[in-house]
Amino acid sequence: MTKPGSAITQSLRGMALSHPDTIKVHFDPDFVERLAPAPSGKVAVVKGSGSGHEPLPIGYVGLGMLDAACPGPIFTSPSPVQLLAAVHSVDRGGGVLFVVKNYAGGVLNTELTIELALQEGIDARYVLVNDDVSIPKVANRRGLGAATLACKIAGAAAESGYTLDAAVEVTRRAVAASRSMGVGTNVNTLPRNGPGENLADDTIELGVGIHGEPGEVRSVSKGMPEIVDLIVHPILHDLPFASGDRILLLISGMGGTPPLELYLFSEAIHELLAAHNLRVERQLIGNYLTCLGRGGYTISLMRLDDELLQLWDAPVHTPVLHW
Amino acid sequence: MAQEITTNQLRKWLLAYAARIIENEDHLTELDTAIGDADHGVNMRRGMGKLQERLRDEGHSEDVSAFLRSVAMTLISGVGGAAGPLYGTFFLRAATSPTNGSSIDLEQLTQMFRYGLDGLQQRGKAQADDKTMIDTIQPAVEAMEAALAAHQSAAVVLAAARQAAHLGMKHTIEIEARKGRASYLGPHSIGHQDPGATSAYFLFETAAEVFTITGAD
Repeated sequence: MTKPGSAITQSLRGMALSHPDTIKVHFDPDFVERLAPAPSGKVAVVKGSGSGHEPLPIGYVGLGMLDAACPGPIFTSPSPVQLLAAVHSVDRGGGVLFVVKNYAGGVLNTELTIELALQEGIDARYVLVNDDVSIPKVANRRGLGAATLACKIAGAAAESGYTLDAAVEVTRRAVAASRSMGVGTNVNTLPRNGPGENLADDTIELGVGIHGEPGEVRSVSKGMPEIVDLIVHPILHDLPFASGDRILLLISGMGGTPPLELYLFSEAIHELLAAHNLRVERQLIGNYLTCLGRGGYTISLMRLDDELLQLWDAPVHTPVLHW
Repeated sequence: MAQEITTNQLRKWLLAYAARIIENEDHLTELDTAIGDADHGVNMRRGMGKLQERLRDEGHSEDVSAFLRSVAMTLISGVGGAAGPLYGTFFLRAATSPTNGSSIDLEQLTQMFRYGLDGLQQRGKAQADDKTMIDTIQPAVEAMEAALAAHQSAAVVLAAARQAAHLGMKHTIEIEARKGRASYLGPHSIGHQDPGATSAYFLFETAAEVFTITGAD
């Protein structure tokens, strides 16, 4: 590495070079902004996040999703200096909506940024994402895959001309309709002698966080259906999801799980959801929210209604999501 | 006539504070290594370096509120971590307290600390006995308010603040952390002095030194 700056700075340069039609990168303070012009009065949607969760948040910058994203150091919230610089760059007079995963540092820095923005006469609010059902106390629940989903909903609402209040309201509703769980695969969960065989020594770690926070180690001997049961039942019972619900399903690898394994998981989860008469209306599978290179995945379910479905289907043009 | 503290004296106080933190960088690092992520000393030293640069600049505002706001912005950008936004909030809120323009009297100084404390509690959501900087600042502010209500002199009010802050800082050794990274250690955090409570103590130590020496009745 001969170029100046940290690995994060270099990675940002790489992102700008890789997606020249979608995003532009600002340095010192570091943030990424969408290239597509935003009309006057549009609500600006901003997401800060510690690095190490890529493509969140930078991969979601663009038309119909985030106006700006601020990457912090690895697993550490960006500073109010970065967040405020992004606000100044993307504010179009319609106010600013921050999507914030529920971690102490992110909340602290966002609340301070909002206080500073308000003092400058810029209206700003935040929506807290706390979808992790592995934490019993709701106030302590961490933000997982619903962060990705909430960014899409908020961005679509803002692009369709929602006011700040209305965009906050629908994004909160999207979060409230979402539940997630992370699982770490400490040992390869792939079948070695065919599915469901020779897995007796294998364990999974149920309820892991996306910063290496430990979960509960469970031994699994019956293959994917058993793993899916352990993960999905707590999600279904928590909301609770009911027969006939329309579902948006997000299966995200944590960065160290091969796509083959994600699809193996997908087969089992579709069977389980069908058995509960839950209709998967829309879905994403791939690396959408990662934990550097660890093995494992997060599963997120959002109960869709007509408005959420319409916002999900609205056009989006970002490095990662585009339709 | 009440004692007045000018913006220039506030500046001298914060220069003394910055110097004291820099002298104590290794001590703060040691405390944070025991129960945190070992970055408090480095973060505070970096922020205090920025603060010294800012305070040594000529042409800073004579207005107390503008001065405190500029201190807040310097700390937010210079310190980083959790301490940057917390100290930043403290001074940002302190900047909204009543002043006489380019000076404050003893009552307003007490209010300044009170505004800062309230902002800090709102932002960090910590209470007394959570083993945080609140355990230093809250008893210090309460001691100032009590001494002020008893019509004590500035020297007595500031000495009371310093003493209460010191006791509060030492009290963090005995209690279990309920906020911040140290809270992950649960009961294992007992027996260690909180690094944030320690850096906050120096605010009152240096205030007692600077304001009593330079203030005139």
